[in-house]
Amino acid sequence: MVEFHNINKSYGENEAVKDVSFSVGEGELFGLIGPDGAGKSTLFRILTTVLLADSGNVLFNGKDVVADYKYIRENVGYMPGKFSLYQDLSVTENLKFFATIFNTTIDENYELIKDIYQQLEPFGNRKAGALSGGMKQKLALSCALIHKPKVLVLDEPTFGVDAVSRKEFWDMLKSLKAKGVTILVSTPYMDEAELCDRIALIQKGRILDINTPKGIVEQFERQLFIVSNVAIYPALQALENNPATQNAYSFGQEIHVYADEITSANAIKQVLENGGLKNPEVSVGTPNIEDCFMDLMVRGNLEESAHA
Amino acid sequence: MLKPAEHTITAKNLTKTFGDFTAVDAITFEVKKGEIFGFLGANGAGKTTAIKMLCGLSSPSSGEANIAGFDIYKQPEDIKKNIGYMSQHFSLYGDLTVEENIRFYAGIYGLKSTEIKERSVALIKELGLENYAKRFVAELPLGWKQKLAFSIAIIHNPKIVFLDEPTSGVDPITRRQFWGMIYSAAAKGITVFVTTHYLDEAEYCDRVSIMVDGEMRDLDTPTALRTKYNLPTMNDVFLHMAVRSKRSE
Repeated sequence: MVEFHNINKSYGENEAVKDVSFSVGEGELFGLIGPDGAGKSTLFRILTTVLLADSGNVLFNGKDVVADYKYIRENVGYMPGKFSLYQDLSVTENLKFFATIFNTTIDENYELIKDIYQQLEPFGNRKAGALSGGMKQKLALSCALIHKPKVLVLDEPTFGVDAVSRKEFWDMLKSLKAKGVTILVSTPYMDEAELCDRIALIQKGRILDINTPKGIVEQFERQLFIVSNVAIYPALQALENNPATQNAYSFGQEIHVYADEITSANAIKQVLENGGLKNPEVSVGTPNIEDCFMDLMVRGNLEESAHA
Repeated sequence: MLKPAEHTITAKNLTKTFGDFTAVDAITFEVKKGEIFGFLGANGAGKTTAIKMLCGLSSPSSGEANIAGFDIYKQPEDIKKNIGYMSQHFSLYGDLTVEENIRFYAGIYGLKSTEIKERSVALIKELGLENYAKRFVAELPLGWKQKLAFSIAIIHNPKIVFLDEPTSGVDPITRRQFWGMIYSAAAKGITVFVTTHYLDEAEYCDRVSIMVDGEMRDLDTPTALRTKYNLPTMNDVFLHMAVRSKRSE
């Protein structure tokens, strides 16, 4: 339904997106997962006809986003990363405005936004600028949906949002998907990847991998060990000092070690004990999306750090 | 009574009201020297208002607090000189170079020009930014910017550094390197007061407080909180407490 073909885009010397290709099927909930500056917004802006690629093309239902930009705009709902509604119009006025631009009315497509917009209706007369973060987000989503788009494009909708509101937002996306809306969403939060049908991991303008969340995890090529019952920082230092265990990353109370040569938990234990840590516990573990992302970053030499 | 020896922050019934809205409701807590103190809460729970008071930027409506040895009402200017601050939103000047940002902030924090030169060279080397010293900060990737902003926030060796969502949007490897920097600052005796939406990071704090509806609903080590609520991770603890918020957004 949406096809990106060999997209390149640079801003001056900075190659924001480099030869990116992927496609999204009808009814899919597709996630673009990566940190700030990875190129997520650039790709979404090219798709939504607000930015031109340097080369490559994007098709939506077989139509080119440049040549047929009017068709794209009529059929794509876009929620940019920055709050883009009119702050000094009220909640109702904003929604009416967007409905009018798209030659429709609130009543006509009320069914689609009902669940979301109902939570806002008690504040219908409040100016959009005076809404809390969570409410602004719901209004922006309602406005992006009011013309009943076939595809919804959401750029970092949960950025800087607390864990509770993030969960709520993903529940809304799930119910929109159930209504048949195709959704492209970007996020820097790796834990949200698991909620998508398929994901593309993206870093420094390059796609690291595209697959289902399960498929990505299954392709993890190293042995993953989980270290627990240690003080995190000293344990990390002990592991990083040994070349065989240097790919060690903290995960809350645990440390994940990605190893090639070492194949036994006891060998990792030995490294920790040699580093002065007492009674470390080491077990073999299953990687999550964040593990895969970091491993792919290291392999592709795509770390940001100047030390790398 | 609020004469801290081991504590760099003591707050008692600290409150801030705006009209009839109580943004921060009588919070009482202490933070030890060199402690990494996590300050969690949902959006709208009152975190930003509390931080503004603790930094001497906003006068409390009632309650008492001593920050870095200074009284929150009488000595806000002394507080400002003895703390560092960085956030996701405000950190450095994009159209100044790396060197210029360092010089500017070090000057603001009152360092002497010889000190500024020495620390600037050391800091650029430490961060591996030798090739970027004369580049505009706007050209740096976000992760580097945040590391640089943190180093600058502690360039005057403050007693406390306040970090407001310092790792939002940063890639997962740089995020962990950033925490390495936090640990080493704390090991040098700098108290770290940090907010985050990444709840795995809550586990890296010595103690964590959770704000709900303007109140500090709980405060303890991550282990003690997980045990108390019988939940496996801090993420679960946070969700458990924050969903009971009455303050609808």
